[in-house]
Amino acid sequence: MLDATWLIPALPLAGFALLLLFGKRLGEPWSGWLATTTCFAAFVATAVVFAGLVGRAGDNRQFDQHLFTWFKAGSLKVEVGLLADQLSITMALFVTGVGALIHLYSVGYMHGDDRYPKFFLYLNLFVFSMLMLVLADSFLLTFLGWEGVGACSYFLISFWFERPTAASAGKKAFVTNRVGDFGFMLAMFLIFGALGTLQYAGPGGVLANAGHLSHTTATAIALLLFLGAVGKSAQLPLYVWLPDAMEGPTPVSALIHAATMVTAGVYLLCRVNPILGLTPGALDVVAWVGAITALFAATIACAQNDIKRVLAYSTISQLGYMFLAVGSGAYVAGIFHMVTHAFFKALLFLAAGAVIHGLHDEQDMKRMGGLRKYMPVTFGCFIAGWLAIAGVPPFAGFWSKDDILANAWQHNHALWFIGIVTALLTAYYMSRQVFLVFWGEERWRDGEDHGEPHEAPWTMALPLIVLAGLSLVGGGLNLPFNKHTELLANWLHPVFGDRLHELGISSASKWALAGTAVALGVIGIGFAVAVFIRGRVDPERLEPAVLQHGWYVDDLYAAIIETPGRLLAAFSAFVVDTKVIDGAVNGVASLVRNGGDRLRRVQTGYVRNYALAVAAGAVLILGYVAARAGG
Amino acid sequence: MPLELPRVEWATILPETILVVGAMLILLGGALLRRRLPAWVWTVASIIIAAGAMVSAWDLWRRVSHNHQGGAHTAIANAVVVDGFSVYFALLTCGAVILAALMADSYLRRERLNAPEFHVLMLLSASGALLMAAANDLIVIFLGLEVLSIALYVLAGFAQRRAVSREAAMKYFVLGAFSSAIFLYGVALAYGATGSTNLGEIAAFLRASVSTHAVLLGAFAFLIVGLGFKIAAVPFHMWTPDVYQGSPTPVTGFMAAVAKAAGFAALLRIFFSTFGTHRLDWQPLIWALAVLSILVGSVLAVVQTDVKRMLAYSSISHAGYILIGLQAATVRGLAGSLFYLLAYTFMVLGSFGIVTLVARDGDARTGLDAYRGLGQRRPGLALVFTVLLLAQAGVPLTSGFLAKFYVISAAVEAHSYALAIIAMLAAVIAAFFYLRVIVVMYMAGDEADTADADPIRVPFGAGLSLAVSVVATVIIGTILAGPAFDFARHASILRL
Repeated sequence: MLDATWLIPALPLAGFALLLLFGKRLGEPWSGWLATTTCFAAFVATAVVFAGLVGRAGDNRQFDQHLFTWFKAGSLKVEVGLLADQLSITMALFVTGVGALIHLYSVGYMHGDDRYPKFFLYLNLFVFSMLMLVLADSFLLTFLGWEGVGACSYFLISFWFERPTAASAGKKAFVTNRVGDFGFMLAMFLIFGALGTLQYAGPGGVLANAGHLSHTTATAIALLLFLGAVGKSAQLPLYVWLPDAMEGPTPVSALIHAATMVTAGVYLLCRVNPILGLTPGALDVVAWVGAITALFAATIACAQNDIKRVLAYSTISQLGYMFLAVGSGAYVAGIFHMVTHAFFKALLFLAAGAVIHGLHDEQDMKRMGGLRKYMPVTFGCFIAGWLAIAGVPPFAGFWSKDDILANAWQHNHALWFIGIVTALLTAYYMSRQVFLVFWGEERWRDGEDHGEPHEAPWTMALPLIVLAGLSLVGGGLNLPFNKHTELLANWLHPVFGDRLHELGISSASKWALAGTAVALGVIGIGFAVAVFIRGRVDPERLEPAVLQHGWYVDDLYAAIIETPGRLLAAFSAFVVDTKVIDGAVNGVASLVRNGGDRLRRVQTGYVRNYALAVAAGAVLILGYVAARAGG
Repeated sequence: MPLELPRVEWATILPETILVVGAMLILLGGALLRRRLPAWVWTVASIIIAAGAMVSAWDLWRRVSHNHQGGAHTAIANAVVVDGFSVYFALLTCGAVILAALMADSYLRRERLNAPEFHVLMLLSASGALLMAAANDLIVIFLGLEVLSIALYVLAGFAQRRAVSREAAMKYFVLGAFSSAIFLYGVALAYGATGSTNLGEIAAFLRASVSTHAVLLGAFAFLIVGLGFKIAAVPFHMWTPDVYQGSPTPVTGFMAAVAKAAGFAALLRIFFSTFGTHRLDWQPLIWALAVLSILVGSVLAVVQTDVKRMLAYSSISHAGYILIGLQAATVRGLAGSLFYLLAYTFMVLGSFGIVTLVARDGDARTGLDAYRGLGQRRPGLALVFTVLLLAQAGVPLTSGFLAKFYVISAAVEAHSYALAIIAMLAAVIAAFFYLRVIVVMYMAGDEADTADADPIRVPFGAGLSLAVSVVATVIIGTILAGPAFDFARHASILRL
C-alpha cells in the first residue's frame, strides 16, 4: 500500500500535463472536472498510504520511496524520493482533501471565465507542487515544491492580469517571497556545509544527525529557515503581500492563501524540529514573532471593509497562532490548528466567494447586509465557520486554539496574554463581518440593480456543507480529555519525540484557561452585537484611519524601500545602463562586426587561397616547434 | 620467407563489419533489382544496418565496462583497440547515421536523387569514422580517415544537378587530399622519431625517453595540421563554410557531426593518450587552435546572412570549445570533450535538419529571410529550432550549457584561466547570432513569405529525427545529465 506514495503527487501532475495538452479542447466544464478528479484521486491515494502507515507498528511508520537520481556532482548526489511519515501524510491528507473540495467549488465559481481551462491547469500544478513540498524527502526537493507553490501563487494572484491591481499584487507577492526564499537557500547551504547531506530521513540524514550541529550553526539554520517561513506564511514583517493577494479568484484565496500554501512555513519548522530543539533562543524568536503578528493582524482586521481582506488579515493572525505554538514547543498544537484552520478558513473564504458571486462581484461589506434571507445555505455555513474561528465550543477552532493557549501559558504568561487578547479581537471582527453581511439593512439595493442575490449552484454549495461539517467536528481529532482522545498527538508523537513539550498544568488550570478564552470570545461577540445590531456605539469611531490603512506599514515600506529603490533603478537605467553597459556592448558589437567584415574578405572562395591558409598555418606551427626544439 | 598473417578477432570489429557489409548489400540490391523500390525501403535498410551496428557496439560496451581496464583490449595484431572510447564513438556515429538517414529520406525524394547510393556512401563513411576511433596504429587511422573522407567527397557532390554541390565536392576533395598528405607526412615523422606507427609502441618508447627530438615535434605539428583540417579548426577551416553551404543539407549535418567526431576521436587518442607524456610540447599549439577557432568562428558567424553558412562558422567555434578539453590534458577535460561531442551531435544534426526543411525545393532557401515569421507559420518547427539554437548558445537546461560548463571547468582546473575567460566571452558573442535567428523567426513580421505557394512540410521521418534531437538536447541537459556525463566519463578511460 505504501508503494502508492508516488501516485499522490503524480496524479495532479498528470492532470496538469493533460490540461496543458488538451485543456483548450476540453473546455468548460470538462477541464474543471478532470482537475477535480485527479485531485480527488490523489486524496484517495493518500488515504491508502495513510492506511498503510496505520497498519505498521507505531515506531516504524516511516516510508522512504526512492524514485530516481536527479544528478550527481562530486560528493553532492541529489536523489528524488518521497518520504511518507505521520507528519507528511497528515499534511497530504488535508491538502488533497481540502484541495479536492475547492476544485469542485471552482467548477461552479469560474463558470464563464475566458481562461477556464488555464485556471484548473494552474490549480493542479499548485496541488502537485504543494504535495512535492510536503512529501519531499530532502530539503532540495522541498525547496522545489516551495518555489513551485510560489510560482503558482504568482500565476493565480495575477490570474485576471487585465486588472492592474491584480498584476501588481502578483508581483508584490513574488518579490516579498523572494526575501524569504533567500533565507531558505542560505539555510540549505549551511546544512549541506555542516552535515554534507540534504536528505531528511535515514541514518545519514539531517534529522538523525542534527545533534552534530554546533549551537551557533543550529541557531543560524533555524532562524534562516524561519525567515523562509515568515515570507511564505506571511508573518511580520513580510506579511504585506497576503492582503493584496486577495486580488486572485476566491477559490485561490481559499486554497493557497488560507488553507495550504501559507501553512508551508509551519510545516517546514515542524519538519526540522530536531534542529529547532537545539536552540531555545530561536524558538523564542518564533514564538514572539508569531504572537505579535497574531495581535497586529487582528487589530487591522477590525477595520477592513473588503470581505476578503478581513479574512486575509484573519489568516495572518491565525498563522501567528501556529507559530506561537511551534515556538512554545507545542508542535502538535500548531499542526492541529493548521488542520482546523484549513477547514474553517477555507469555508469562510468559499462562503465569502458565494456572497461575492451572489452580489455580482461586490466585495465591500458596507454595501451588503441582510443576506441571511436570500442565501440560507451560505449563511448557515458561514455561521459554522464564524463560531469555529471565534472559539465557541464545540466547534473545531475552540479545541485547537485552546491547545495553543494552554501551551503558551505554560511557556510564558506574556505570550498567553497576547494570545487571549487576539482571541477577543478575533471574535469581535468576525462577528462584525457576519453582522455586516447577513444582518442589518439591505444596502446592496442602493447600487445598480442586479436583481436579488441568489444562492450558488450545487458544485459550490456541496463543498461549503462538507467544510461546515468538518468545522463542527474537526476538534474530535485531538480532544484533551485523556491520553486516548488525543488522537493527533499520539499519531504525531514519533515525529517529535521528547522535543514535544508536555503540558504539565493541572486540569483545573486547563478548565480555567478554557473558560477565560470562551468568556472573552463571548464578550467579543457581545460587543459586536452591541455595535452592529443594537447600534449602541458608532462603528466609525472604532475604525480609525490608522487601522484601515493597516498601521501604514505599506506606506512605510514604500518610503524606505521603494523610493531609494526607484532612485537606484533610475540611476542604473539611465546612467549605468545607457552609458556604461550599452557603451561597452555597442563597442564590442561594432568591434566584432568590423572585425568580421575584414576577416570575411579572406574567404575568397578560391581553393588555392584556402590551401595557402592551411600551408601558412602549418608553417606557423612548424616555426613554433622549431623554436622549441632549438631552445 | 613465409608471411605471418595476424589472427582476426571479428567480434572486435563487428560494428565496422556490419556497416560495410550492409552497405555492400544495399549496393548490390540497388544494382540487381529490376524494379525501382520506393526510397523509404533504402532508408529503413540503412537504419536497420546502423541499428545493428549500434547493438553490436552496445554489446562491446557492456564487455568493456564490465571491468574497466581488463575489459579493454587490442586485437588484430594490435592494430585495433576496443575500449570505452572507441565504443563511445561507435555508438555516437551510428546514432548520427540513423538521424541523418531519417532526415535524408524526404530530402532525396524532394530533390529526386538516387536513394541507394546515398545510403551506401553514408554507411561506408561511418565505417571509416568507427575505424578511426578504434585504430591503435597511425596507419589504420589514416585508412579510416580515407574511407571516411572519400565517401564524404562524393556525398558533398551528391546533388550533382546543382553547381554549388559540385563545387563543394571539388573544394573538399582538393583540400582534403592536401591535408591527408600532410597527415601522412606526420605519420612518417612519428615513425622516424619513435620507430613505430603503433600507438602502444610509440607510447612505450616515449615513456622510456623523456627528451624531445625535433623530428617528434615535427610529427606533432603535421598530425595537428592534418586532423585540424578534419575537425575544421582555425586556421585549417577555410573549406568549411563553402563546403557546408554547398553540400546537400542532410550531408552537411552528417559531415558536421560524424567527420568532426571522427577527427576528434583520432586527435584525442593520439595526443591525450599516446603523446600524453609530452603534453607540455603540444598543449600550447592546441591552446592557440582553440582560441583562434572560438574567436574566428564566433566573429565570422556574426556577419553571415545565410543560416547554413552561419551554422558552419558556429561549428568551427564548437570545435574550439571541444579543443579546450584536450588542452586541459586531464581525464576531466577528456570527459568534457566527449560529453561536448555527444551534445553537439544532436544539436548540429537537428539544426541542419531544420535548415533542410526550410530550404525546400532545390535546397536553396537558406538565407535569414527564409526564416522570417517562421514562428507564426510553423510554430512547432520554430520552437524546435529555438531550443536547438539556445542549446548551441549554451543556455542552461540544455545539453549545450553543460557541455560548455564541463570543458570550461576542466580548463579552470588545469589552471588555463585565460582560455576559460576567452571561451566564456566568446560565448557571449556567439549568443548574438543564435538569438538573431530566433528574433527573426518570432519578431519580424512577414508579408511576402506567408503567402508563399510552397509551404514548409515536415515529413514523418524528418519530424522524428528532429524530435529525437530536440528531446535528447533537453533531457541530456536536465534529467539525464548525470547518466550522460557518466557515459562520457566511462568512455574517457583509454587503453594505452
